[in-house]
Amino acid sequence: MLGEQIRSVIVEVIAQIVPDEDLSNLRGDIRIRDQIELDSMDFLDIIMELRKRYGIEVPEDDYIQMATLDGAVAYLEPRMAHL
Amino acid sequence: MDYDVLIIGAGMSGLAAGIRLAYFDKKVCILEKHHRVGGLNSFYSKDGYKLDVGLHAMTNYVSKDVKSTPLPKLLRQLRLRFEDLDLCQQHMSVIKFPEKKIRFTNNFEFFLSEVAENFPSQTDNFQKLLKTISEHDELSLDAKPLSARQAVSSIISDPLLVDMLFCPLMYYGNAQEHDMEFGQFVIMFKSIFCEGFARPQNGVRHILNLLVNKYRDCGGELRMRSGVQSIRVSDGKAESLLLNSGDVLTSDKVLSTVGHVETMNLLPNSDATVSKHEVGQLSFTESILMVDKQPSDLGLETTIIFFNDSDRFSYRKPDSLIDVSSGVICCPNNFFFREPLPDNMIRLTNLANFDRWNSLGEEEYKMQKEACLKAALEAAVKIVPDFRDSIIFTDMFTPKTIYKFTGHLNGAVYGSPQKIRDGRTHIKNLFICGTDQGFLGIVGAMLSGISIANLHLLRDK
Repeated sequence: MLGEQIRSVIVEVIAQIVPDEDLSNLRGDIRIRDQIELDSMDFLDIIMELRKRYGIEVPEDDYIQMATLDGAVAYLEPRMAHL
Repeated sequence: MDYDVLIIGAGMSGLAAGIRLAYFDKKVCILEKHHRVGGLNSFYSKDGYKLDVGLHAMTNYVSKDVKSTPLPKLLRQLRLRFEDLDLCQQHMSVIKFPEKKIRFTNNFEFFLSEVAENFPSQTDNFQKLLKTISEHDELSLDAKPLSARQAVSSIISDPLLVDMLFCPLMYYGNAQEHDMEFGQFVIMFKSIFCEGFARPQNGVRHILNLLVNKYRDCGGELRMRSGVQSIRVSDGKAESLLLNSGDVLTSDKVLSTVGHVETMNLLPNSDATVSKHEVGQLSFTESILMVDKQPSDLGLETTIIFFNDSDRFSYRKPDSLIDVSSGVICCPNNFFFREPLPDNMIRLTNLANFDRWNSLGEEEYKMQKEACLKAALEAAVKIVPDFRDSIIFTDMFTPKTIYKFTGHLNGAVYGSPQKIRDGRTHIKNLFICGTDQGFLGIVGAMLSGISIANLHLLRDK
C-alpha cells in the first residue's frame, strides 16, 4: 500500500469511529485531535482498528507518531508496504 | 487455552466489555448464572405485566450533537448509533423537601433558575460549585478519595440546599452511607443535572437486546445458567473457572463483574484472606404499583420525585426493615414516548436493611413485604396525590430478592464503598469491572466494562 492509499485508509477508520465528524478538510500537519472531536479512547480505537483490519501492531511508545495524519502515514508506510 | 478472556456476569458492564473484546477479535465467553441477562438491571414478568428491575431512567442523556460526554463516548466505543438506544426524554423531575422543592428537566438552564429562585442567597456559591465541578477530573482512574459532603458544604452555606443536591445523586449512585466520594458526586451531578433522564420506549429490555445482539454479531459467546463455582489459581495467576455444572474453562484473562468481595470469595481459601475489603451496606426495597389510569390523570405529572420528609436527609442503612422518611417516586409513563406505554405504573424506592429482611422466616417475610409496601405508600401519598384507590397490581422486591438474583452481598446495588478504579486485583490476570470498579448507573456500568477492557484486556496481542 502506498502513502495516499494509507491516508484514505486512516480517514476511513476515523470515519468509522466518529461517523458524525466532517473529515473532508482534515489537514495532515496538525494534530488530528485538534481538528475533530476525538478523545483518548477514540484514538486508541484507531490503533485497534488498524490491527483488526491489517494486523499492524503499534506499540504504545509509538502512539505519538500517529498524532497527525502525515505522521501516521509516514509511520505506517513501511509497515503496510507489503499489503 | 479455551478463551482469551472469560467474563463472569452478563450485566451491563460484562456485555459492554464483551462487545469491545469480541469486536477486536478476542475469543471471549460471558458466563451468566441466571437464565436472563442484565444483572442489577434486568427484567421479569408477573401476572402478564412486563417489569423492569433497576431502571427508572437512564441518566446522562444528551442530544445527538453533543460528542464529549459519557453517553456519546459509550456509543462510539460500542459502534452503536444514537438512534439505536431509542431514548425518549423525561417530562420533569423534582427534589421535594418539607420546605422547598427544586424542579429539573434535561435543560440545565431551567435547573439553574430553580436553584436561584429557591435559594437566592446561594446564587454566587452555586456558581462556585459549578466551577469546582467543571474543573474536576472525575474519570481519572487514580484519583484520591475526597469527602463530597465537606467539599460541597465548604462552598454552599445553606445545609438545606446541600441536602437537596445530594438526595438524587445518592439515591441514583452512591455506595457509601452519609457521605459520597467527591469524584462520584461530580459524575452523578453531571449525569443527572447537567445531562438528564431518558428511557427507551421498551425499557431495559431494549438496551439489553441491543447489547446482546451486538455482542453476538461480533462473535462473542454467551452461556446462560452457567454460574461460576470457583476460580482456580496457580502461581498467582487465574488458570481456569470451575462452573457449577462441573465444566472447567481455561482462559488467558478473567474479568469479573460480580463485585470485588464476591469475586474474592470465588478464589481458593488461602487467597480469599488476602482481601479485607469493605462490603456495601446500602440496599433498597422497590414497590411496583400498577394503576388503572395514566399517572398524569391521577395528578402525578412528574417523571421522578426525590423526596425527604424529615429535618435532615439521611442516606444510610436503616435500623428497621425500611426507611420511608425519604425515597424516590418514579412514573415510567412520564417520558415523551412515541406512543403511550401499555401499562400505567408507579415505582417507589426506599432504603432498606438487608440483615433484617434476611433474618425473617418465610411467612413473616411475606407479611412484612405487605406491611412495608403499605408504609411506603402512606409516605408517598404525603408527597403526591393519593392514588391508592387506583392500584390494580402490586409487587415488591427487597434486598433479599436482589441478593438472590444478582449475588451482590447485602443486596448492595451500588456495591462496596471502596471502589477499585483501575480494576486490578492481587491476581495479575484477574480484573473487575461493574459496581465495584465505580462507574455507576446504566451508562456508568457500560463505561466501566469498556474502560477495563481497554486498559487491561485489549492492548496486548
